[in-house]
Amino acid sequence: MKLRVYLTFDESTVREPLIWKLGKKFDVITNIRTAEVKDHMGLVGLEIDGEDDVVEAATKWLIKQGVKVAPIEQDVIEG
Amino acid sequence: MFLDWLILEIRHMNIVRALKCRECGQEYAIEPTHVCEFCFGPLEVVYDYEKLDGYFTRDLIESRPQTMWRYKELLPINGEPTVGAQNGFTPLVRAKNLEKVLGVSELYIKNDSVCYPTLSFKDRVVSVALSKAVEFGFKTVACASTGNLAGSVAANAAAAGLESYVFIPHDLEQGKVLGAGIFGTKIIGIKGKYDDVNRLCSEVAGKYGWAFVNVNVRPFYAEGSKSLAYEMMEQLGWQAPKHVVVPMASGSLCTKVDKAIKEFIKLGLIEDNGTAVYGAQATGCSPISKSVKDGTDMIHPVHADTVAKSLAIGNPADGYYANRVIKESGGWAEDISDEEVIAAMKLLAETEGIFAETAGGVTLGCAKKLIESGKLPRDESIVLCITGNGLKTQEAIADAINKPRIINASLKEFDALADADGFDAAA
Repeated sequence: MKLRVYLTFDESTVREPLIWKLGKKFDVITNIRTAEVKDHMGLVGLEIDGEDDVVEAATKWLIKQGVKVAPIEQDVIEG
Repeated sequence: MFLDWLILEIRHMNIVRALKCRECGQEYAIEPTHVCEFCFGPLEVVYDYEKLDGYFTRDLIESRPQTMWRYKELLPINGEPTVGAQNGFTPLVRAKNLEKVLGVSELYIKNDSVCYPTLSFKDRVVSVALSKAVEFGFKTVACASTGNLAGSVAANAAAAGLESYVFIPHDLEQGKVLGAGIFGTKIIGIKGKYDDVNRLCSEVAGKYGWAFVNVNVRPFYAEGSKSLAYEMMEQLGWQAPKHVVVPMASGSLCTKVDKAIKEFIKLGLIEDNGTAVYGAQATGCSPISKSVKDGTDMIHPVHADTVAKSLAIGNPADGYYANRVIKESGGWAEDISDEEVIAAMKLLAETEGIFAETAGGVTLGCAKKLIESGKLPRDESIVLCITGNGLKTQEAIADAINKPRIINASLKEFDALADADGFDAAA
C-alpha cells in the first residue's frame, strides 16, 4: 500500500531525523512531497510505500515517537 | 436568430475551467479528486469568469427564484442542481437591538440557522457536493461528522434518492445520531481515539467508490459556501460589508467568503469595499486563531475541548489559507471561552430572537471581543455569519437559562408574581 500522510513534528521532535530512522527500521519507501520546517514545528507531506502491515507498523512507530500522523485530508470529521 | 443561439449557449455554459492546486498551481480535469498528486496541496475549482461578461448581471440574478442557485454560474455544477434545489437564501437581519448593546452603528446577522432543510449552512455545501456526485454518476454518498454535516448529508441524500453512509465516533450523543438517523442513512459508529476514527474515515473514502463529501468531492463541496456571501452582498443592496465575522472549523468558510466577494468585484456586480474578514473560534479549539495572533502561518494541531462541537476541528485542512485571507484582507482572529460562548448565545437570542447553535455564540462572542479591543470599528458595517440552529445544541445552554417559576392554578399567586415583575393588574 501507498499511504499518503501529513506528519506534524512539535518542538521536541522537529530536530530528530525520524524519517531517516523510519526507513532504516521498516522496509518502506519514504517519499517527501512537501515540507516546511521551523524552529518550533515541522510539517511534512510523506508517502510511505510498502506491505500493508509494515506500513501500519511504521505509522504506529511514528506516533509513538510523538509525531502526529494525519491523512492528507487532515481532519475529515466535521461538525 | 444568432443572438438566441448565443444566449442559449451561454445559459448552458459551464464556466468551470479546472481543478487547480492551491500550492503548485498544477491543473487537473474536473473529476472526483481533491489533492495534488505532485505536492499534496488541496485542489480548488477555478473558473473562466470572462465567459460571463455582460451576461451575469444583477437583473438576471434578481429574476431568478430566491435560492442559493440564483448564482449557479459561480457554483461548480453543470446546468440545474439535482439535489437541494430549494436550499439557501436565508435572511439577512439588521440587528438594531444588538447594535445598541455592542455600541456599533451598522450590524447584520446572516442567519443560516434557518437554512433549508436541516437548519445549518451545511445544506449549501452538501447540495453542491451531492449535485456534483450525481453528475459524476455516484449512487452512494458519505461523510464523517458529529452533527450538522451528518444531518445535511442524510436529509439531502434521502430527498435525492441516494444511498448514504454517515461515520460517527461510537460514543456520540443519541440526540445527534437521531438528527441523521431519521433520514434512513446508514450510521456507522467507530470505536477509538479521534485520530484513529479520522484516519479510518479517510481510508474508507479512498477505498470505496462513494462520493465522500468532504474528501473526494471536497473541492466542489467547499464552493457551496460561497453562496452565503453572494446572498449577503445582494441583500445588502449589492455591496459587501466593510467587515465580516466568520466562525472557523476547517477554515474553509473564511476562504470562500473572501473568494465570493472577489468574484463579485471581478464580475462588476459590486464595488471593492475593502472588506476585512475576521475568524472566530472557541479557545478550546483555536489553532487558526492562535496562528493569526502568534503571527505565524503554520497551524499547530490541537486536541479539541469545547462546547462548540461543530467548530471542533483540531487539525484544520484550510487553516493555513484562512490565516492568509484574514491577514491579507486586514481582518483579525479571536477566540473565546465556553462561558463566553454561552453568554453570547443568550445575548443573540434575547436581543434579536435568534437561537443560534454554539458556533453562533462563538461568532458573536468573538465579534464583541473584537469590538471592545478596537479591532472591529464601531462605525462601519459588520456582518456576523450565524451558521447553525440552537435547537441542535440545547444541552450546551440547559443550565444557563431561567427555570420556570412554578405556581398553583391561583390568580392570586400569579398576581404576586406579576407584581414582583412590576405589572399592575389594575392598570
